[in-house]
Amino acid sequence: MPGWLRHHKGVVPYLFLLPGGLWLIVFFVVPLLTTASVALQEGSLASGYRLTFNFGIFPEAIGRWDTQLLRSLQYGLIVTVLAMLIGYPMAYTIAFRGGRYKNILLLLVILPFFTSFIIRTISWKFILADQGFLLGTLKEIGLLDQGFRLLATPVAVISGITYNFLPFVVLPLYVALERIDPRLIEAATDLYASRFQAFLRVTLPLSISGVFAASLLSFIPAVGDYLNAELLGSRNETMIGNVIQRLFLVNRDYPEAAALSLILMVGILVSIFFYIRLLRGQELTV
Amino acid sequence: MPEADVRLDRVTKRFGSFTAVDDLSLEIPEGEFFSLLGPSGCGKTTTLRMIGGFEEVTSGAIYLGDQNVTDLPPFKRATNTVFQNYALFPHLSVFENIAFGLRRRKTALGEIRRQVAFMLELVELPGYEERRPNQLSGGQQQRVALARALVNNPRVLLLDEPLGALDLKLRKQMQVELKRIQSEIGITFIFVTHDQEEAMTMSDRIAVMRAGRIEQLGAPEELYERPTTEFVAGFLGVSNLLDGEVTERDGDMVSIRLTNGVLVQAPAAATNGAAKVRVGIRPEKLRVVPRGAEVTAGATETNVLEGTVLDASYIGVSTQYLVKTAEGHTLTVYAQNLTTSGASEVLSDGQDVRLSWNPQHTFVIDDAGRSDPEAPMEEARTR
Repeated sequence: MPGWLRHHKGVVPYLFLLPGGLWLIVFFVVPLLTTASVALQEGSLASGYRLTFNFGIFPEAIGRWDTQLLRSLQYGLIVTVLAMLIGYPMAYTIAFRGGRYKNILLLLVILPFFTSFIIRTISWKFILADQGFLLGTLKEIGLLDQGFRLLATPVAVISGITYNFLPFVVLPLYVALERIDPRLIEAATDLYASRFQAFLRVTLPLSISGVFAASLLSFIPAVGDYLNAELLGSRNETMIGNVIQRLFLVNRDYPEAAALSLILMVGILVSIFFYIRLLRGQELTV
Repeated sequence: MPEADVRLDRVTKRFGSFTAVDDLSLEIPEGEFFSLLGPSGCGKTTTLRMIGGFEEVTSGAIYLGDQNVTDLPPFKRATNTVFQNYALFPHLSVFENIAFGLRRRKTALGEIRRQVAFMLELVELPGYEERRPNQLSGGQQQRVALARALVNNPRVLLLDEPLGALDLKLRKQMQVELKRIQSEIGITFIFVTHDQEEAMTMSDRIAVMRAGRIEQLGAPEELYERPTTEFVAGFLGVSNLLDGEVTERDGDMVSIRLTNGVLVQAPAAATNGAAKVRVGIRPEKLRVVPRGAEVTAGATETNVLEGTVLDASYIGVSTQYLVKTAEGHTLTVYAQNLTTSGASEVLSDGQDVRLSWNPQHTFVIDDAGRSDPEAPMEEARTR
C-alpha cells in the first residue's frame, strides 16, 4: 500500500467503488440521459434532429402502443408467477434435500446458459413447430387435433420467456433458502405447525428477500424481452421490446423509440414500487 | 410402580450402516429431571430427537404415558423442545416467538397475551415482548426459547444441549434457573448434555450413554460413587483404577489383592462375584501424608498404598498430586487445602508419601465393565 493511502484509510472503500461507478456512469447514466434527450428531439434522419423538448411524444407513444405496453407488463407478470411456481420448489428441493448433489444440481440449473439465448429460443421453435417432434407425435397418435398449434400463440411466447429466465429465479431463491436453519422448521413443527403451516409461517417469510430478488430478475428482463415474441410469436404477441427494436432499427424513428424505452422503464419502476409495498405488508402478518 | 411418563421400548435408530441408538429401553417417571449424558456421537441427541418426533425410529416404540407416539409427527406430540442454539424465529418478535404454538392452536388473543406475559415473568424477561431475537444476548435468547416451549404446557420438555452456547458463568446461572423452573412447574425434563458437571448439578437421574447404548443409569451420587464401568468412572470425574483379584469375601466386605501384592478392602455390594476386577478410588477420597508422619485421624482409612510425589499443583481450593506407586501406577490425589496457608505447606516433588482411604469409598469394576484399549479411539472417531 503506498504511504499516502495508509494515512487515508477512509478513502479505500471509495477507491473500490470507483471502477464500477465509472462503468455505470459511462454505460448507464450517459446513455440514459442521451435517450431522454433523443426522446425530446424532433426531425428526421435526412434533415437532422433538434432538441425541442417535445414532451407530447410520451402521451402520443402511449396512445399508439398501449396494447403492446400492457401486453408486455401482463406477460412479464405471468412469466414471473410461472417461474416462481416452477422455480421455488426446485430451489427448495436443492437447498434442503440436495445434500452432496447440491452443486451438481445448481450446475444443471445454469447449464442452458452454456449455449446462446438465440440458439435456445430457436430450438424451442423446432420443438413447438406444428408438425415438430412434440406436436407432430401427439397429433399422430390422435391426442391433438390436426389444426392445433402452439407457435404464434401467447402460450409459446410466455413459455419461452419463462424457460429462458428460470435460472434467474432459482439461483436467488436457492441462496435465500439455503441460509435458513432447518432447525427453525423443526421448531415450527414442534410448536404445533403442520408442515404446510411451517412453510407458510417460517420458510416463506424467511425466503422473502429471495422471492423479491427472483421476481425482479425475471419480471424486468421478461417485460423488455423481444426475442421470444419475435421467434415464437406472431403480430398478436408483439411486445414493447419488438416495437422499440423496429422503431430504432427499421423505421429509424429514434425519438419515439427512446420515448417508449423511458415509458417502459417508468412502468417497471412503478410496478416494482407496488410490489415492494405488497411484500412489506405480507412480512408484518404473523 | 407409578406409570412412566416417557417410555422407550427397545428403540433402535440406524443411519445407513451406522447404528446411532442400539436397542435402548428406558422409563422416565413424571416430574423427573432426567439427563442423557455422553460424548459426541453416543446417540443422546438422536434419542431426544426420536422422542420429539424429529427422527423416525428404525425399530422399537416410544410412549408418552400410555399413548404410543412412535409414528406421530412432532406437532401431534405432547412434547416441546428447547433446541441447541435456540432456533428462535428471526423474523418474529419475542412475543410472537413465544405465542407461536398458542396461535397454531387457535388460542384467543387475550389468553395468548396473558400466557406470554406469565412466561416472560417466569424466565425473568418482562418488557421484552417487542424485541427481535437478534437484539437479545445469548442468555436472553435461551430464556425465550425456554418460554416458547413451556408456554404450550407440554407433558415433557426436551432440552438439546441448551446451555452449550453460553459462557461458563451464565451457564452456571442458567443451571440453577432451569432447576428452579422445573421444580416450579413440575413437568418432566429430558436434558441432553455432554457436560458431566451440568448433568450432575441438575438431574434426578442420569443415563450415561456410549455408542448408542446406556452404559449406566442412576442418580448422580450413585454414578459417581459406584460407577460400574471404566467408561462411566472416567466420564464422570477422575478416577484411579488398579488391577486386582478378589481373594476373600467376608460379610459386607471383600478383600482384593492388587497386582503389587497389597491387600485392600471394598464393600461387597460393589462387586458382583467376578474374581478379576479393577479397584477404583476417586482422587478426593485419598488422604496423602508424608511417609513416617504421625497419622492422627483416619482410623477408618484402612486401605493403604505407598508412593512418591511426582508432581504437585496448587490450585487454590485444593492441591493436586500425581503419586507414583512402587509398581509404577500413577494415582491422582486431590488434597483439600484445609490448613495450608499457601503453597509453602504443599508436599514437594520426590517426597515419599503414604496414601490411605476408607474401604467404603472403593468401587469395583468387573471384567464386563472394562473398556478395551481400542474403545477411547472409537469414541474419538465418532466426533
